[in-house]
This record gives sequence, C-alpha cells and structure tokens, in this order.
Amino acid sequence: MVTGTGIVCALGLGAAECWGALREGQSGIRPIQSTDVSGLRFQNGAEVRGFRAEDYFESSRCDQMDRFAQFAVVAARQAVREAGFNLSPETHSIATPFGEACARIAVVTGTSMGGQTSLDRGFVAIYKEGRPRPHPFTIPLTMYNAGASQIAMDLGITGPAFTISTACASATHAIGQAFWMVRSGAVEAALCGGSEAPFSPGILRAWEAMRVVTPDVCRPFSRDRKGLTLGEGGAMLFLETAERAAARGAKVLGEVVGFGMSADAGHLTLPSVDGPVAAMRSALNDAGMAAVDVGYINAHGTGTLANDATETQSIRRLFGTHAEKLAISSTKSMHGHALGAAGAIEAFATLMALSEGILPPTVSYTEADPECNLDVVPNIARARPVEFALSNSFAFGGLNAVLALRRWEGN
Amino acid sequence: MDETLAAKVIAEIAAVKKIPIERITVDSTFEELSMDSLDAMNLLFSLEEHFGVSIPDEAANSIKDVRSTVAGVERLLAEKSGAQG
Repeated sequence: MVTGTGIVCALGLGAAECWGALREGQSGIRPIQSTDVSGLRFQNGAEVRGFRAEDYFESSRCDQMDRFAQFAVVAARQAVREAGFNLSPETHSIATPFGEACARIAVVTGTSMGGQTSLDRGFVAIYKEGRPRPHPFTIPLTMYNAGASQIAMDLGITGPAFTISTACASATHAIGQAFWMVRSGAVEAALCGGSEAPFSPGILRAWEAMRVVTPDVCRPFSRDRKGLTLGEGGAMLFLETAERAAARGAKVLGEVVGFGMSADAGHLTLPSVDGPVAAMRSALNDAGMAAVDVGYINAHGTGTLANDATETQSIRRLFGTHAEKLAISSTKSMHGHALGAAGAIEAFATLMALSEGILPPTVSYTEADPECNLDVVPNIARARPVEFALSNSFAFGGLNAVLALRRWEGN
Repeated sequence: MDETLAAKVIAEIAAVKKIPIERITVDSTFEELSMDSLDAMNLLFSLEEHFGVSIPDEAANSIKDVRSTVAGVERLLAEKSGAQG
C-alpha cells in the first residue's frame, strides 16, 4: 500500500503542485538558469525552481548535503507527513517519528549520478584553479548512498537502508526492491524512490557529447522529436503492508502490486524490444495480472528517436491487439528526464492518475509518427478511470524495470 | 602566542562553524564549540587554504582546541618561512 508520497521536481515543490501541473499539461521545461550553459548545444532543462535548501535544513547541514540528497530528504519528509506521521516542527530535522518501529522500516533510494555536481566542483578546484585538494566534504557529498543515509538520519529510521544505481531506471528498481521487502515481510514499511541533481557544467557537457539531448524541448512520440530534456528532482513513496496501514487508520493512496526487471544484454545505449517486453511481462506476472487488465502505461518515453520507437514496438509485441485500447503517456514531456529520480516521479504520476481517474498527457506533441502509433494522450489530459497501470523505466546499459500499480478503492 | 594569528584562526572557526566570533576564545575546546570530526576536517581545509600550508594527517588527529590549532599553524608557518629563507 502507498500511504504517502513526496515530490520535488520542475513542476513544483510538493504533491499538490506537481499533480496540478501534470493534470493541466503544464511543462516545467525552461531555459537553464542554475549553471552556465553558454556554448552548449542545448539551453533548456527541467530545473527545480524556488528550492532553497536553507528553508529545509540548518546552514551547517546544508553544507553536508549535495542537492540530490536534499531533494531526497525533502521528498521523504513530505511522504512521511502525508502518511500521517508528525515531524518535529522546531528542529525541522532529526524527527524520529517512528518510535520502536524505526528498525522495521527500510529506506531504498535510487540515483544515477549521485552527488557528481559536488565532485565536478571539486575537480574545478583541482584542475582549473590549481588548488591542492577539493573540499573535504567532497566524498560524503558525492557518495550515491547519501540520499538514503540522510533520510535515515533525518527521520531516525534504523532498518535496512541502501541505494540502487541503474542509470535512468534507478528509482524504479529502488521502489521495486522496497515493494518486495514489504511484501515478503522483511520489513513493515519502506521509504523508497529516487533523486537526482545533474545540473553542473561538466555533467551537462558529458550529456551534450552523447548527442541525446534535444536543442528544443523533448517531444516524446512526436515525429519531430530530437532527444531528451534533462531534469532534476526527487520523489519518495511510503509503502507499508495493508495490515499496518489499516491498524494505523492510514489513508491508502494506491497500491504497488508487481515489479519486473530484465537486462537487454545487448547494446550499451541502444534500446532493445525484447528486454522491455520481458520486464513488463515479469511485472504483470508478479502482480498476477493479465495484459488485458492494463489501462494505462506511464512510458519511459524519453523523446529520443530510438527509445520511443522501440518502446512502441515492445508495447505492441507484449499487448498485441490490446495495445490499441491502451493509453500511454510520457510525463517526461513536463518534468523532464530526471534520470535516477525519473521512475519515482513517474510512479507518483501513475498513482495520481489511477486515484484521480485522470491520465496525464504527453505534451509538446506536434505530429504523429508512424513508428510511435499508439494512443499517447497528446497534449491534453484525459478523464478515464483505470484500475491497473504500468510505469516503465529503461536504463542506458540495457537494464529495465517496470512497476505494476493498482487503484485503491478501499478507503 | 601570536595574537594576530590567533584572531585569524578564530575567525576561520567562526566562519566554518557559523557561530559568532565572540563565542570563541583561545581557550575554547572543539568540544565546547560543538565541533565534530567533520567540522574539524572542514576547519583544517580552511586553514590550509587561508595560510597556504599543508597540515599532516597526524597533526589533524591531535588538534582538539583553539590553542593547539593556533600553535600548529604557527609552527607550519615558521617551517614554511624557514624553508623559503
């Protein structure tokens, strides 16, 4: 059961704001402001606007957290609050709301690049400014597990805590592992999701060099698409068993019912048809669902030529004629590609779509592409009650992860 | 003790720990200033940058108060000027 969600992304600093934008088809993609983009082939990004770390953390603690870890903690706090736990308003941190249960709660976070913006800053100090060494916090700021560690420290969670890094599928793998841990009884509850903050000059140039970022805005499934738009943010879900949620009287927002994964074992960056099919099939099997049960898919939908056409083929291969009845959208068209956070932002979008009966659109869509000939909910959200949905994440390196989610009707 | 140097070290501590300078004297210990190991590491980095010295790891482990920090920096600066002389 999902009883809490937290989200910080280009669409806003909380669930209500972000869902409002998703429902209205508002894009958070704008000219990049936080770092120098002069000379870059792309100028647009999906940056988090109006986020001031000092609004959430004491000044000394701000210095000990890269932006990606700050997003993780802020999203985790929101999720815990929504799940009905009280956080200490005075300290604004180290709140320990879980009492004796803190050892039976897990934290599983995903990130693709961790705190590499801090590492980038350190390398500037060494290689450009000629300093003898980077700031001594560079290692703890950069480490990929900083999100999980900072969440555990912040909320006093002492159960299993770890980080998964599988590029653009990181958060989906993280939520899937957490889901399995809760379902198996290994833990009673879990905070899970992902966070990312990749806007630094070095990282942006590395992405530019890959030639997958559009100079325009990302237009998933549209014939004139030219690539992805990088995004940032963090999103967390609070998962718990049905028994625990019922005993607490917690409001259930939706359900994670299945998880599947696979490896393409093929090309380093080119997607395959078979790998995603295997991951989607595995998620359906894990949930005990049939393909015809699915009504909506939140696609990986990066807006690259290769991904969107291949993902379309994968969906057609697995769903056959039912593919014609499916609604599919890429919310990356609004919140950008937030890499290791993407899967969690999209799981949030999918949960809200199920609970509200409104499917968020694929915006910036201009022209149908025969290679992406599915119903991609172009530009305008659609009111349609759906019971089951999938959320797809397919990473560079050919690692695929898919969540199966279900609308909750029990409250 | 070099009072000017002590004042500079205290100013660095205040900046690193983000506390008022008035709270710090040469007799303050890191414990009294609630400086943990990360704060101490941060301070040594600032001192190295500010004074252009390199503080060895053994010294870093033994510095626990303002007075020994000032003395350590004083010694390193003397070695530096001696080496240059």
